[in-house]
Amino acid sequence: MEPFDFVEVKVPAKAEYVGVVRLSTSGIANRMGFAYEEIEDLKVAISEAITNAVKHAYNDSGEGEITIGFGVYKDRLEVMVADHGGSFNLGEIKEDIGPYQHKDDIGELREGGFGLFLIDALMDKVEINSKYGVIVLMTKYLHENGVGQDGDQISTS
Amino acid sequence: MNLTIDVSNKDKLTTVSLAGEVDAFTAPKLKETLLPLTKEDGQTIEVDLQGVNYMDSTGLGVFISALKSTKEHDTNLKLIQMQDRVHRLFKITGLTEIMDIDNTVRGGM
Repeated sequence: MEPFDFVEVKVPAKAEYVGVVRLSTSGIANRMGFAYEEIEDLKVAISEAITNAVKHAYNDSGEGEITIGFGVYKDRLEVMVADHGGSFNLGEIKEDIGPYQHKDDIGELREGGFGLFLIDALMDKVEINSKYGVIVLMTKYLHENGVGQDGDQISTS
Repeated sequence: MNLTIDVSNKDKLTTVSLAGEVDAFTAPKLKETLLPLTKEDGQTIEVDLQGVNYMDSTGLGVFISALKSTKEHDTNLKLIQMQDRVHRLFKITGLTEIMDIDNTVRGGM
């Protein structure tokens, strides 16, 4: 198995903690050597996923936890956002994950719903697993390695 | 990780100056301030975004509802001094096509 460092952050499913995770994201991405613009993209994408998870968790129970897992690889950062407090089994999650389908028309005026669109636009790869709650798995490549520069691909793995 | 909102009014022009981050936590406060202003007859609301260094879809959502409200109440919404990073999100989502955004004095990078 490809070696990687794993960082897990668990926060209450409340909007005030979205900014806290944004800071963690920025710290990890900065350490990995991502460029300023890419770090800003990561911050938005991860905030979107957490905002979705907060809404989801709130609707279900009014309280709860969100788990964010950072997989730090040599050539990429994988971020998982789960709308439940359980820890990740990275291997299992990746086995069960499916593609995210575009079905939104962005030409329309919508107050919500830009979240997933932005995640998809700002990350290199986005996958969703909804087997146990909703888990969003996002990948961004370090471009200096010449991988994933085309961006915006949708995985079908 | 907070948002400061300053509102000043001069005749038919209301200026809303923002500083900080617009996200899931701060967007509701912005919406509460901004929406009532768009319902005041004949007003132009200018939102100064120079101090906003972070925004996500929750912020875009607030400006979409504000824009909708201006259409209903015959008022105007204008976004000024938007930083490049924030402008990028308006562009990606296609909102630059429907919003009045003044880019001539854009700050940031």
